[in-house]
Amino acid sequence: MLARVADRIFWMSRQMERAENMARILGVTSNLVLLDTGDLQEQNLLAPLSITETEAAYKERHDKLTLPALIEFMALDEKNPSSIYSCLKWARENAHAVRWQITSEMWETLNATWIEMRAIPRGRVTGAGATQFFDWVKERSHLFRGVTYGTIVRGEAFNFSRLGTFLERADNTARILDVKYHILLPSVEDVGGALDYYQWTALLRSVSAYETYRQLYRDQIFPIKVAQLLILERRMPRSLAGCFELIIEAMDRIRGQGGQSAKRLAYELHARLSYADIEEVFQSGLHEYLTEVLADIGELGSRVQRAYLGAV
Amino acid sequence: MPYAFGVHYDEMRLANGEVRPHFRALADWLAETPAERVAEKRREADLLFHRVGITFAVYGDAAGAERLIPFDTIPRVIPKTEWDELARGLRQRVSALNRFLHDIYHGQEILKAGVIPAEQVLSNEAYQVSMLGLELPNRVYSHVAGIDLIRHDDGKYYVLEDNLRTPSGVSYMIENRKMMMRLFPELFARQHVHPVEHYPGLLLETLRAAAPPAAHDPVVAVLTPGQYNSAYFEHTFLAQQMGVELVEGPDLFVKDGFVHMRTTSGPQRVDVIYRRVDDVFLDPLAFRQDSLLGVPGLLSVYRAGNVALANAIGTGVADDKSTYPYVPEMIRFYLGEEPVLENVPTWQCKRPEDLEYVLEKMNELVVKEVQGSGGYGMLIGPAAKKAEIESFRARIKANPANYIAQPTLSLSTCPTFVEEGMAPRHVDLRPYVLAGKDVRLVSGGLTRVALREGSLVVNSSQGGGTKDTWVVD
Repeated sequence: MLARVADRIFWMSRQMERAENMARILGVTSNLVLLDTGDLQEQNLLAPLSITETEAAYKERHDKLTLPALIEFMALDEKNPSSIYSCLKWARENAHAVRWQITSEMWETLNATWIEMRAIPRGRVTGAGATQFFDWVKERSHLFRGVTYGTIVRGEAFNFSRLGTFLERADNTARILDVKYHILLPSVEDVGGALDYYQWTALLRSVSAYETYRQLYRDQIFPIKVAQLLILERRMPRSLAGCFELIIEAMDRIRGQGGQSAKRLAYELHARLSYADIEEVFQSGLHEYLTEVLADIGELGSRVQRAYLGAV
Repeated sequence: MPYAFGVHYDEMRLANGEVRPHFRALADWLAETPAERVAEKRREADLLFHRVGITFAVYGDAAGAERLIPFDTIPRVIPKTEWDELARGLRQRVSALNRFLHDIYHGQEILKAGVIPAEQVLSNEAYQVSMLGLELPNRVYSHVAGIDLIRHDDGKYYVLEDNLRTPSGVSYMIENRKMMMRLFPELFARQHVHPVEHYPGLLLETLRAAAPPAAHDPVVAVLTPGQYNSAYFEHTFLAQQMGVELVEGPDLFVKDGFVHMRTTSGPQRVDVIYRRVDDVFLDPLAFRQDSLLGVPGLLSVYRAGNVALANAIGTGVADDKSTYPYVPEMIRFYLGEEPVLENVPTWQCKRPEDLEYVLEKMNELVVKEVQGSGGYGMLIGPAAKKAEIESFRARIKANPANYIAQPTLSLSTCPTFVEEGMAPRHVDLRPYVLAGKDVRLVSGGLTRVALREGSLVVNSSQGGGTKDTWVVD
């Protein structure tokens, strides 16, 4: 497959996955902000900006940090490259450039999503219709992934689409965890308090893991088990280990000799996540652990780009 | 359904109103099919074309605007005997044009013989000095030619122009047929229509025949300027139908004397490039330096004989409107035959006596820029406003050699669905001729139709539509 075509397919899938993750982050943020009127308000509103490293860009455009302004910036702002609007736009642009290498169903899904996105009244998204909008974005992403899985021939286009999806997802889960890691650390005050409970469940819900937690652990919510589930649980499709199961599956199928260093790093990460012990992770420092994983995910992305997709 | 036809040659009816024999099966079907059903099918066709995304970007329209080329559901029918004669003329013409191209880049016999003025060829913008002395496989320059034909009131076909650079439209020929077979299968049961769908297979064979002799199992790629080009749909269509890669300039690079594509599994050599990019954009090292569409170093690989380009560089000198008047002479000169197909009489404004005539009769003539294409840069005298004529007159006077003029030919009409029902509309015909080891073509072509009443402009960029073209036994 042409490197340029693979690049478009890879990014098309990443952007769709990113749109979904933005919607998840914003959905949970909205809930937390509505629940809490106290000291954590500011911190909760800041989290999405920290996760996407867009705090500076936000401050250039908005004086105050409020929920409607945050949603406006993260969901609808054309100038914010990681807004849902931009992600859906670029996913569609990329698909357009390679529409003859993907299935017409994939193209039609992304095209229709973009057309609908443009027709959505902005006031609704920043107001009463926010949750509905986030649900819609998640549904379009589920649809796109399902359509891709169900229609495209098992070849390089499929492999790079999957690789893009799960690399983006791993990156996102690691970022959410890294921004929220402090709520998982044992703290002196307020241990087991209601506030912590909401924070933990919000974190779980942001990656569709609340029910999974209950099902797998049949226990109360303990922070160390939340970390176990979101980092090391291979059965959990949005955990880091779960993402890397799918990343190496996709990378294994990619042909050619150019990607040895990318494949090696993917397998290393996979092994580290599969055979880690959560107690050890906490002892050596959760934040340090996540920082390292995030750097490695970034490095893996660059190696994939260099090996298969051409210069950035 | 009633069908009133005008004074021009009508493809379906004789002057006395009788249906021509080769149109009878279709006319019967039209007569017995309720207008409702046909209208419904037309809407279905529109929907299908939209969904498949067979669109055509229009220059000068809002950036990236895509439009559907209107498709007319009444085919243009040509009897086999008539087609055979046409095909003979087309093969003859394209053979002579390829001989001409070889000649002007080698011995220049035709210039020495004084058949064509040497300065006219050698100082032509499209003449490429870099092609001098280069030997091409089978001595073919224009591997894919689109020859535009019209039928005049006298019932004879005339060649309007030759397109030897990167003629487009062949995807519509194939898609129109597919659409007709899908919408009206019963029509194809009534008579034998010669197939056109094998064109991509013939094209691939033609391209592979152009490969450097050392390339075993040559790799072919289609080179496109990219998704904003007006014919992008066609580029993707042909690449897909031939099962070859569709590449853009940055996908290719030159290394160790060969052209390679960047793929996910490393570089892959390319032997034949079916390029839909103009000469001047092909290689920024050799031509326009600002070109992002080309491949640096491509020309040197080409000159070394390590990659084939289809069509070759420098074919534009042979389809230039100032060269056109000499094609019948070329046929006599190279083949020793009389031309089967006639040229439209042409005045060349660079000749003082022709210029005088043209300036005097501008309101009766069609004036064209010698380099123009796609209906841009032309004046149709009888339809033009006074001010348009005057501004064109000034342009001709400023640079006479840049213009030719022809009589306003009455294109034949063909029944076409319009708002009011079925009505005669003017059509032309573009068959696609493939030159490899021999010269071949499928039985059919692209019929373009001017949808506005009385209009003679069939270009898709100017509101023209297309029809399926049937060659029937």
